[in-house]
Amino acid sequence: MISAVLAVVAQVLAGSSVRWLGSVPTEGQRVYIANHSSHFDFIVLWSYLPSRLRRLTRPVAARDYWERDMVRRYLAARVFNAVLIDRVAAPGTAAGQLGRQAVDQMAEALDDRHSLILFPEGTRGSGEDLAPFRSGLYHLCHSRPDVEVVPVYLENLNRILPKGHLLPVPMLSRITFGAPLHLQPAEEKDAFLERARQAVRELKEAA
Amino acid sequence: MNLLHDLALQRLFGGLILLLIVATVIGRLIERRTRDERAMATVQNLNARINAWWVMSIVFALAVLVGPVGSVVLFALLSFLALREFITLVPTRPSDHRALLWSFFVIPPLQYLLVGLHWYGLFTILIPVYAFLFLALRIAISGDTTHFLERVSAIQWALMICVYSLSYAPALLGLSIRGHGTPGPTLLLFLVIVVQGSDVLQYIFGKLLGRRKIAPLVSPSKTVEGFVGGIAAATILGALIWWATPFTFWQAGLQALVIALTGFGGGLVMSAIKRDRGVKDFGNMIAGHGGILDRVDSLTFAAPIFFHITRFFFGG
Repeated sequence: MISAVLAVVAQVLAGSSVRWLGSVPTEGQRVYIANHSSHFDFIVLWSYLPSRLRRLTRPVAARDYWERDMVRRYLAARVFNAVLIDRVAAPGTAAGQLGRQAVDQMAEALDDRHSLILFPEGTRGSGEDLAPFRSGLYHLCHSRPDVEVVPVYLENLNRILPKGHLLPVPMLSRITFGAPLHLQPAEEKDAFLERARQAVRELKEAA
Repeated sequence: MNLLHDLALQRLFGGLILLLIVATVIGRLIERRTRDERAMATVQNLNARINAWWVMSIVFALAVLVGPVGSVVLFALLSFLALREFITLVPTRPSDHRALLWSFFVIPPLQYLLVGLHWYGLFTILIPVYAFLFLALRIAISGDTTHFLERVSAIQWALMICVYSLSYAPALLGLSIRGHGTPGPTLLLFLVIVVQGSDVLQYIFGKLLGRRKIAPLVSPSKTVEGFVGGIAAATILGALIWWATPFTFWQAGLQALVIALTGFGGGLVMSAIKRDRGVKDFGNMIAGHGGILDRVDSLTFAAPIFFHITRFFFGG
């Protein structure tokens, strides 16, 4: 109920035109990777998936942000069923361990027949160019090579909810889903991450 | 429930439905007989437009049927959607965010509330005086002066066109006419029929006879033949439905002429904005038509002028 209302509100505010170029919505396990410029990004991407896929698709989000207050905690746990990962290391643990833990969490979600929404830049950018992708995407694909990686380009969302603001302003945006890609056997980490980044970036220009 | 009691309204809507049925049948017949591929695209666009006209007419009829509140809410929604399309094309900056929140969630509802209350003294100045000055101040307070004047004017313009001008259409419901009381929906219906009829007639005359472009640099699809034929036919259309209005035959024709001309002006100005921003349509909400703003562009110019002319010469 709440999730249906939220999806409609997000659609009214974002008024997106949605394009599927080279892929179609399916229930198979996927990782949607998108550019990140606004807190609104994943809600909009999620709200424009067909509703049966929405239930199967979990956003990957930062625990320190989504557990900051009651409302966010409720939304993350009950509505979006988010995979919350730790960005800040507890005292006495190494940073590398955090990364491994996050990849394990994502892999578990995939094993549960869920799909994921992931922002491989790791943090919100200016909306201009894409930052280099974090290595978590590679490690995830390495441990679950069958998973389809679907590039997504989100346009204009940073104008709907810019950094540092709480309330969104309505604006027309565009969501472009691209052709799925897979990690090739023996493909190097940096090469794969750069290929994935290019795939997202190319959707910006795709006619 | 004025539709059930008002004979003039029933006849106008009846005529509209008849016209749509005829248009639908003709559209389908042409589609069946078209072989050429390029002509086919035009015909399919035509049929998409006719289908959208069905939806728009039904929504509009339902809003009028509900009563004054229905019309005010309908136009408030249209304003919201038009504003969303307009602001998308405008080069705002993140520091305008607060000003935009005011422009979407405070000023338009207030404007339509005042229109609904028939508070003429305030709804005519809320946006051109108060919002005009306030928005400039709000953006100045943000401290970001890059392209200050462009940003402020663009947001003010968006509100003037999408909210202020458009709100004059439902404001007609509160207009009292000497010797006719408050004719209510018939004035609104007259305006909408003539302005949209003029758009359709200009399109038809342009497609059938269009040779010479009237404004090649602004709107390449508009032709002299479409302009003359469309405006003349819309004037006659307006005169022919004089019986539904407080006007005489000649007055209705003259009013229709002004509506059609100002409507054309609105379409031209909005085309100039689209051309400047490098887009063909403001949106893609209505199949075959583009966005909401592409459909109401002529109304934004015709509504305030029709309102004030009517109030000045016929108001009581």
